[in-house]
Formats: sequence, C-alpha cells, structure tokens
Amino acid sequence: METKRLIIVAVGGQGNLLASKVLGEAALLADIPVRMSEIHGMAQRGGVVESAVVFGDAESTIISDGEADVLLGFEPSETLRALNKCNAETVVITNTAPLPPFTVAIGKGTYPDLNELQKLIRQKTARMVAFDAQALAKQAGNFMSLNMVLLGSLIQTGIMPVSAENVKKAIRTSTKKAFVDINIKAFELGFEAAAKAA
Amino acid sequence: MHKLLTKNPGQKMLLLGNEAIARGAIEAGVAVASTYPGTPSSEISLNFFQMAQESDLYFEYSTNEKVAMEVAAAAANSGLRSMCVMKHVGVNVAADALMTLAYVGVKGGMVVLTADDPYMFSSQNEQDNRYYAKLSGLPLVEPSSVEEAKDLIAYAFEISEKLQEPVLFRTTTRINHSSAIVTLGKIKVPQTKGDFVKDPFNLVTVPAVSRKLHVKLLENIEKAKEFSEASQYNFITGNGKWGIICNGVSYNYASDAIKELDIADNIRFLRIGFSYPMPEKIIKPFLKACEKVLIIEEGEPYMEEQVKAFAQEEGLILPIRGKAKDLFSRLYEYDPAQVRENIARFFEVPYTPAVKPDISDVPELPQRPPTLCAGCSHRATYYAVKKAAEGLGTIYPTDIGCYTLGVLPPLSTADFLLCMGSSVGTGCGFSASTDKKVISFIGDSTFFHSGIPGLVNAVFNNHNFTLVILDNSTTAMTGHQPHPGVDMQDFNLTGYGRVSIEKVVRAIGVPHVEIIKPYRVNKSIAALKEAIDYEGVSVIISKEACTLYAQSLKKARGKPFYINEKCKDHRECVNELACPAFYIEGERVHINADLCSGCAVCAQICPEKAIVPVRSKEKIRSS
Repeated sequence: METKRLIIVAVGGQGNLLASKVLGEAALLADIPVRMSEIHGMAQRGGVVESAVVFGDAESTIISDGEADVLLGFEPSETLRALNKCNAETVVITNTAPLPPFTVAIGKGTYPDLNELQKLIRQKTARMVAFDAQALAKQAGNFMSLNMVLLGSLIQTGIMPVSAENVKKAIRTSTKKAFVDINIKAFELGFEAAAKAA
Repeated sequence: MHKLLTKNPGQKMLLLGNEAIARGAIEAGVAVASTYPGTPSSEISLNFFQMAQESDLYFEYSTNEKVAMEVAAAAANSGLRSMCVMKHVGVNVAADALMTLAYVGVKGGMVVLTADDPYMFSSQNEQDNRYYAKLSGLPLVEPSSVEEAKDLIAYAFEISEKLQEPVLFRTTTRINHSSAIVTLGKIKVPQTKGDFVKDPFNLVTVPAVSRKLHVKLLENIEKAKEFSEASQYNFITGNGKWGIICNGVSYNYASDAIKELDIADNIRFLRIGFSYPMPEKIIKPFLKACEKVLIIEEGEPYMEEQVKAFAQEEGLILPIRGKAKDLFSRLYEYDPAQVRENIARFFEVPYTPAVKPDISDVPELPQRPPTLCAGCSHRATYYAVKKAAEGLGTIYPTDIGCYTLGVLPPLSTADFLLCMGSSVGTGCGFSASTDKKVISFIGDSTFFHSGIPGLVNAVFNNHNFTLVILDNSTTAMTGHQPHPGVDMQDFNLTGYGRVSIEKVVRAIGVPHVEIIKPYRVNKSIAALKEAIDYEGVSVIISKEACTLYAQSLKKARGKPFYINEKCKDHRECVNELACPAFYIEGERVHINADLCSGCAVCAQICPEKAIVPVRSKEKIRSS
C-alpha cells in the first residue's frame, strides 16, 4: 500500500507520544502496516518532542527533511520550526495557541508573530488547517486533551489511512479510563474544527 | 498482568523496540537480568523491573554497569540465562569485567545489550560499540527492526549457549525508541535455580589459567565465525551486480531506497545481523559477484574495514566504498533521503530529491532547550552556590544527570564533564593544578555509581575542593529508577537495604560535611560559604526530592505562588533563577500556577517580597 508519512511536533508534556501511540493502535486494529519513532529522552524537561509515524509499505521509522505528507504541530512556533520537514504538497495542521519557550522570558529570543507565522506556513505548503486547539481541549473538559483534538483534525483530512472509528476505538483502549469520554469529545471537536476550516 | 507477560502466541501488539527486546528475553526464558539505567536502553529494564514483581524473573538495578555485568556473569556461570542491559558508554564501565569474562565464558546463556546512540540524542559521545566485539572476541548481533529485535534475543541466547560465551547485542536509538507491530511468540519457562560447580583452573583467571583460556577464546572465535556464516540473520537478496552491504537501521533506509529508485534488478543486497565475526564465506563470494559495492553503516567503518580486508585476501580490485567525503559520514545518524541520494550517486542512477521549502524568510525562532523543571531542587542549589561563590572565579566540574542542564545560562554552573563520576576525579585534578576554587556537582545515583572512589582519593590525597552531592532521592534523568539510597517502600517493595550517603561520606573521612535543604535559600548559602572556605575536602549534601518524582508519588506539593502589585520589575526571579514557571505578559512577570510547584525559592530572593502563595483563584487573575 501507499506510504503516508506524518511528523508530529510538540513541547514536552503536550502528549504527542500518546497521540502517536493511539494512531499506531488504530493501525493495528485495521491491519495497516505502521512504524513509528520518537525522540523522548528530554521529554519531561520542556524540550521539543518529535515523533514520526509511517503508514504503509516502508521499513524506515524516520522521515527525512522535505518528505512529510502531513505535519501536525501542537505548538505554533514548533510547527514553523518543523517546516523543513515539509514540501509544496504537505498538509499542515497546527494548534494556534502559543506556549512561548522560556528563552523568550529571559530575553534570549523573540516569539514569532502568529499571523506572519500562519502566512509563512500557508505560502510554503499545500494547505494549512489552523485553529485554537487549546480552547477546544478546554471545551472538551480538560486542557490535556489537546492531543486528541489534534488527532481529530488529522483524521478529518482523510490523508492518513486510518478511520475515525478505529481511532476512537484506540482512544477507548489506550488512554486512561477516567479520561476516555473527554478524549472522545476532544477528538470530535477537533474533527469538526478541521471540517469547518476546509 | 504486565502486557509483556501475555501468554498468547500469535497475538499482535504495538510495541516500543525496548518493550520488544524485554519480551524477547521473556520468551527466551531469561532468569536473571541486571542493569544500570541509561537512555536509550532504560525502558528495557523498566519492563524487567515491573515484570519481576509478578513473575519468577530476578531483576536488579545494580550500582553501576560493571556490577550489573558481574551479577549477570555469575548467574550465567551458575547455569542460568542472564541478561545485562546498558547504554553504550555503560560498556566502558563494565569493560573490565567483560574482557576477561570473554576468557572465562558462561554455562547458561548470557546476552549483554549495548544501546548505542548515534547523533547523541541523550549521550556524551557516539562511540560505536561494535568494536567491543572485536576487542573482546565475543559474538555480536544487531537487529534492523523492532520485530527482529524480539526474535534476535532468543537467537542470541542460543548462540551464547552453543559457544559458552556471552553474546553482545547492539541496538541504536532508532531501534530502542521505534515502535512497530510485533507478533508474540511462546514464553519459555525459565530455569530459575542455578548451581555453581567449582572449577578454579578454568574459572580463576590467574596468568597460568588465562594463557590457556585465551587459546580457547581464539578457538571459539573460529566456531562463532561458522555460526555467523550459517546465520539466517546474514542474508542476501537480489542477484544484480551492484552490491550493497548494510547493518542495523541503515538496512531499512536502503531497502526503501532500492524500491523508490526502482533498481532492485541491479542490486545484490547483503544484510549483516551477525556482525562479529564477519561471515567470510558469505562476503567473499558476494564481492566476486559484484562490480562495485557500497557499504552503509552508521558510525565507524567497522564492516568496511573487514570487507576491504576480505577483498584484499581474494585479490579483488572492485570499488568498495562507504565512509567518504562524497558518501557516508562517521558522524551522527543517517536518514532515508541521505541513503537514497548516496545510493543514486554511487550507482549513477537518476534521482530527483524532494523539493524542500525555501525557509530563508522564516524569522529566527526562539530556542527551546530542555531545562530544569519548575521547582527543581537543583536550580535552588545552583542559585545558592552561585551566591556563596560570588566573585571567586570558581571552576564547576559537573556530572551526568538532569543537573547537567545547569550548563545553560543564567545558572552556568557546569564547566567540565567527561563521564559518570568524573566531577569528583576532575575536581581533584583541577584543585591540584590551579589556584582556582573548585566546586564539583554530582547526583545521588551517580555518586553511588562511580563517585565514591574519587571521594576516597580526594581524602587520601588531601585535595582542596567542595563536592556538592545533589540528592533528589531518585535516578531522575532516566525516569525515576531507584538507587541504593532510595526508600524502596516508595515502590511498595520490601526486602531491600538502604545506604545513607551521609554515612558513606563521613565513613570515608571527609573532614567537613554539611547537609542543606536547598529550598531554604539563606541557610544554604551560609552553609555553602563555610564549605567553600574550608581548606581541604568538603562535602555538601543538598537534599530535596525531585519535584516530578514527588508529584508522581502523590507527595504533597506546595501551593503555587503569584506575583502581587508590590513587584517593581527587578526581574531577579526570572534573570537569576530562570524557572520555566515564569512568563512575561504585558511587560510584567507572571507565574504559571499550573507549573509552579510552590518551592518558594523565588519568593525568598524577591527584593520587594512581592511573590506570595496563592490563596484564592481571584489572586491569580489579579496578578
């Protein structure tokens, strides 16, 4: 089957490893080949956490610069930083609620202008879905469900070969029981948000 | 039940590479496992630790990798299957045991896993541990994928028992931290009770015995070569004239590249999974069938050197290339596009790389380096040390752990680092060689690992420096593993001893020892000043639990703080502590109440006393 490559970038603590695990479990349910890799040595120390998910007939678990089909960004400046993973055909989905790094607070850097940031991403890629996923996570009942909101919008684009139904099943089996309902709600809100953006 | 103990052969599971390896060991009937935690290997032993609590597996977090190696070596010499897990640099610590264990050999199977880290995602170097196989004469296997990693563990145990030698099992980060769908196999019931049969003239390595054992080792290498030549893990696909030789993850990148470049008909593809000894009888005919050969291996030209030697023996003059300016680097990890491009260039195949976006107009983005957590006790200690040592031009040797992040400004409390324990030995050296004040930092787990001999040396040779032991009650960096100073009741486990760092330090004879609570800023500064002024060896033990660990144990967390209207914007809090709970909004400093752990360090240094505990939600808003 055709290979689809997804890069997820986030800040440590935003839950992108769980998001990729849910995708992996959903692929397992549908019997779709999947390989993933992650760099999480410093995940709890506020650094950038990147994971790669490769669906289909490929042996590699990592994705080279310029070769992502979809870039899913949990934090807008990190989405922009990962633009080197994209090409003109790449679809970008990004949260627009910023989480400025500490370097900004101590005056060692300037956080990019959010409008300029969106403009740049839109110019250089095929399509961008951008919305305040943090607000939707809160609406779902827990700000930690940001990852599920973004999964919802990812699945809505239809680029990944996993169905909403299987992802929801995977959410039920591989996220904490106490949060399943919130997570499903968050997934649905993200799905709707992406549909509206289209 | 732990998911890796599932008895359901044929079931498919999404597993992390490290989980697949742990499962592989369980399927192979491992009885004894030992480790010192180190990324990227840590989840293997975490799973062993968890499974040992509900199965017959004996597992221990040993004090360091050398001890772990010795524990596993003794188990294997008592007839049990044992496994010893460490990161690549851990093998340096264990090498003394390993090199002679190769002479002595084993009775039960023993697998030594080395997790190499090309690109140094979380390591101080990217040494290629395949050379340890060559150095020790021990067989070496390397998986290319998560699924293969599981099955290769059982194979490694079999080879180990056939040869009566430990087998080295090398992974790289992209095996350890990749996930894939794995099919479970049958679990072999382990033999858990061993017996040691005395045989001193084969097991006690005095020179006369070792001279005999070295002969045996060389014979064993010859036998191992036959296994390597017959191994299903060394295989060839395709029958073209363009040769490619790969190991590990580079095999995946090359496989995808051959497909994408549509050159399968021209390629003869050798995957090496049993890489010491190199399979001469496979490689020589392979070379004879090729016009040119490309060797793709991350790290050092380990296979390349041997393949070229085989070609020389056969008088072959075909081009064999790998590491070169215009091909592959000895630096960092490889990626699929780089491998594809180099294959295309070497075999002169047309290739159009993906068009990357022009990012020249993207503004420079603020860096997001990993940083000490909000409320981290190390930050409090570093602040106190900097205040106590103000104006002294101090040298700060540091060590391996979260606290190495003190290297970043504004803390800037790390000047020199080699390896685990080096803060103490280099502290001795700097104090002997310069007139500068020396203050070394070492974590609690690292102190047990390899800090103690350095401190004994400091007392014996009467060096003049201060060692600050950052005791946060856990091995924080690698995911909160226990160490000998930890209360195992935290894990609901009994039957463990507990070693007091203070008693060890005092027993060594350190003349000036003081314990501080780093969240008490002024008292800590005063104690540190005294220690720094002391002529001779002084030790400060800075005791405060890792804030993440305390939270995970549901131990009380202080109320968050906020900044009230008294704030005159001095910004000492932000500029000197750099706690990530601070943020700037509307030109004013605020505290993120979700991140603040209530350590109150900033409250103590604020000149206006404007940082106070949150009493109600109203106050957070009004701040």
